[in-house]
Amino acid sequence: MESTILKNTYEINAGEFQTAGDVSANIKRKLKQIGIGGTVLRRIAVASYEAELNLIIHSHGGKLTLEMTPSSIILTSADVGPGIPDLSKAMQEGYSTASEEARDLGFGAGMGLPNMKRNADGFSIESEVGKGTTIQMRFDVKDA
Amino acid sequence: MTIRELVTLLDARVLCGEDKLDQDVNNAFSSDLMSDVLAFVTDKTVLITGLTNIHVMRTAEMLDIHCIVYARGKIPSDELLEEADELDIVVLATAHNCYTTCGLMYEAGIRSKNVRTGA
Ligand SMILES: Nc1ncnc2c1ncn2[C@@H]1O[C@H](COP(=O)(O)OP(=O)(O)OP(=O)(O)O)[C@@H](O)[C@H]1O
Ligand SMILES: [Mg+2]
Repeated sequence: MESTILKNTYEINAGEFQTAGDVSANIKRKLKQIGIGGTVLRRIAVASYEAELNLIIHSHGGKLTLEMTPSSIILTSADVGPGIPDLSKAMQEGYSTASEEARDLGFGAGMGLPNMKRNADGFSIESEVGKGTTIQMRFDVKDA
Repeated sequence: MTIRELVTLLDARVLCGEDKLDQDVNNAFSSDLMSDVLAFVTDKTVLITGLTNIHVMRTAEMLDIHCIVYARGKIPSDELLEEADELDIVVLATAHNCYTTCGLMYEAGIRSKNVRTGA
């Protein structure tokens, strides 16, 4: 196990559309400061934003955790419910149960989960109805 | 082409970023759906849209979008423009609709270079 250089946890509340993206913008700035840039920074920012939006739109609230090791950045999204009944469906492009409100804001196309998977170098998702959903994404970085 | 030339091409107004018009334009994408912008944009891009809520700015920030063109006469709020100013994003407004805006840009040689990698 590689040593963790940095670990930050951010609370995300359900339904807080107005501040959606604040956490991911913060994460992006922080990573930029420590010398991460280019394509990998954009991939992390996009995946983080998708995860943050999902916590706001679909979950009862949760946390986004940013961890850094010498070779990678790990982003973890963990929420307290409601869980996803059919993961293989949720991972398909175009599948969405987003509310009218989310759609009006320009989201809810069912692109987020596949987009997170595509942007990350490692992706895992676990979900249990009534308990919650945990997503872990790994991004490989050269010595930062 | 530069953003300055884009302003002329689209007969656009500069709502924000008057001092940043000499940047190059060599990639473009158009959508009102931020989900699709997030899924398809892979490089520094001009975004042509009609969606004026604050999430457009957040999306732009994540993706390093450096110029947003508001089509069909849409004008975003002052709040959005302040945010754009802070993020160094140029905001233009044109009376042309999205279709015509994209058509004019395509005709002028601008292509979409947002290539999706496999899922
Ligand atoms: N944290 C979560 N908790 C509960 N359900 C979720 C969670 N994340 C995703 N889902 C479910 O999986 C579906 C697909 O998610 P995905 O992010 O791919 O699309 P979306 O959020 O609906 O739309 P988009 O991401 O394009 O704005 C959601 O519509 C929702 O039903
Ligand atoms: Mg989503």
